[in-house]
Amino acid sequence: MLRKPQNSGVKKLLLLQLSCAFLAQSCAATTPKHESCSPATEVLQVAPNIYVRPGHAAVVFEADEIANLGFIVGDRCVAVIDTGGSVAEGRALDCAIRNMTDRPVCYVINTHVHPDHLLGNAAFVRPGVEFIGHAKLPRALALRGDIYLERASAHEGRELDVSNIVFPERTVAETVELDIGGRILTVQPHDSAHTDHDLSILDSTTNTAFVGDLVFLEHLPVIDGSINGWIDELEQLSAVPLDYVVPGHGPASARWPAATTPTLEYLTGLREKVRAWIAKGGDLASAQANIDAPHAAQWPLVERYHERNVGAAFAELEWED
Amino acid sequence: MVNGPQTKAFLCLLAWPTLVLMLAPVAGEATTAEEDMLWTGGLRHAYFGDRPITQSDDLIVLDLPKRAENAAIVPVSISAQIPQTDERYIKTIYLIIDKNPGALAGKFHFTPKSGRADLAFRVRVDAYTPVRAIAETNDGELFMSRRFIKASGGCSAPAGSDLDAAMARLGKIKLKTQGETKFAEPTLAQLMISHPNLNGLQMDQVTRLYAPAHFVRHVKVSFDGEEIFSAETGFGISENPSFRFFFVPEGAGELTAEVIDTKDLQFSQSLRVTATGQQQLAQE
Repeated sequence: MLRKPQNSGVKKLLLLQLSCAFLAQSCAATTPKHESCSPATEVLQVAPNIYVRPGHAAVVFEADEIANLGFIVGDRCVAVIDTGGSVAEGRALDCAIRNMTDRPVCYVINTHVHPDHLLGNAAFVRPGVEFIGHAKLPRALALRGDIYLERASAHEGRELDVSNIVFPERTVAETVELDIGGRILTVQPHDSAHTDHDLSILDSTTNTAFVGDLVFLEHLPVIDGSINGWIDELEQLSAVPLDYVVPGHGPASARWPAATTPTLEYLTGLREKVRAWIAKGGDLASAQANIDAPHAAQWPLVERYHERNVGAAFAELEWED
Repeated sequence: MVNGPQTKAFLCLLAWPTLVLMLAPVAGEATTAEEDMLWTGGLRHAYFGDRPITQSDDLIVLDLPKRAENAAIVPVSISAQIPQTDERYIKTIYLIIDKNPGALAGKFHFTPKSGRADLAFRVRVDAYTPVRAIAETNDGELFMSRRFIKASGGCSAPAGSDLDAAMARLGKIKLKTQGETKFAEPTLAQLMISHPNLNGLQMDQVTRLYAPAHFVRHVKVSFDGEEIFSAETGFGISENPSFRFFFVPEGAGELTAEVIDTKDLQFSQSLRVTATGQQQLAQE
């Protein structure tokens, strides 16, 4: 497993302190209400009644707790945003929720298809829980489900079966609002960006949004949709006046729109290099062998994902006229 | 021979899940002999019978990454070590990915007018597997360049791009030459075909049905009516197939690419090549 760089914990703490300073409620107020459940994963309160289980940069199926997961507690019920890379991880999150509130979970919202965000879904399959995803999530899950099962089975103790692939019951093609009691969540589907089916979730009560993998921090961005689309989407989103966001990877919360800068710098830098390579007649293999990651030193997992990103960017950009 | 490549591909498709399970435990730590089990145990005879094959990099050199993080788009390049002359030339290159369902990714044909039998394209790789390029000369000799690649899941995983965008652009072709065109010398050309190349291996988890295969099966490129490169391709070729190859223009002329897919849809594109440059003509 790959460890985060030493300074990332410090950065995270600073970001959390910053966010706490702006909020009436203390971040330390995570005292469990009910000791009814174990083992519960540790969560951080990043805004009033918004909790995050931070992840650690690693390659899918090579570690646990990779993505940032979260939940928002309303007066009526709880909305869960992403469920982790395994049923065990989903159960530990479920347990943390039960220790925090006696409100039931009513929604599980998946920001996108990737296993580190979605394979905990099975822990929440029960009456009263509705699974929500982008309108294109079912197709992505249908296309990739089998390969996820196969890849997982190559890692001891991570074996999965078809019951682990939980499809959304409700899909979102246009922005919808969910009322969880006393607070309204706005669920927005995005055009092809990190994937072709990213969702973001805004809590207007605290002006905090879960942006899924539209924003990467402390984990190299991974292109699985469209580099052009992703840059466009982030540039548009930057103009939305949010206070804090929960990124898909990195600290539990980060200031907006500063949080978009590293991802945007990597993507625009990469796009420039790949366009130049194509323009001078270079091929895919030479592009992958020669194009370095922009700001490589700041990104964990460059060695695992950058070459793949060059390929994805090349395959898209070679069709530009 | 009874088992033609088509039959073979079909059989492999049926046997695929079992095969993967059988082979999974040895992948990664196998000896060359173990790695070559599928080749020696059947593929070799299915495609080449008892014909002698020389394993060496003297005639062609196969180049591909040792490890591919994106197994759906793995760049492959083959470089010929001899020029194409009327007396001696490479007639056909076979690209075989042992553990892929449908091991034969493609058969690529060259002529003396190709100038060089160099070729670059992209493949899907389904498992840790040997990959072999086998060149057949005009006098019937076979030479094999073999490599091993660590990649998995390329056949059933989508390339990761936007499927809707790919379908909307179906059949669009880009044809161009690279670098300066010098008459009577090998000139590098690139053919890009916008096609999802669906391989029939992506299962719908709800219906448990496979999306039907739909891929480019034949490509032919000619210069002023004379064939310089053609290919019979399988679903091991990545989506949006892209081929780089050489041709020798004796003077100004028209480079034409004709493409047929498994639904018998036909696409074509022409490029006017002159001493001063190139111009892609309107696509039919």
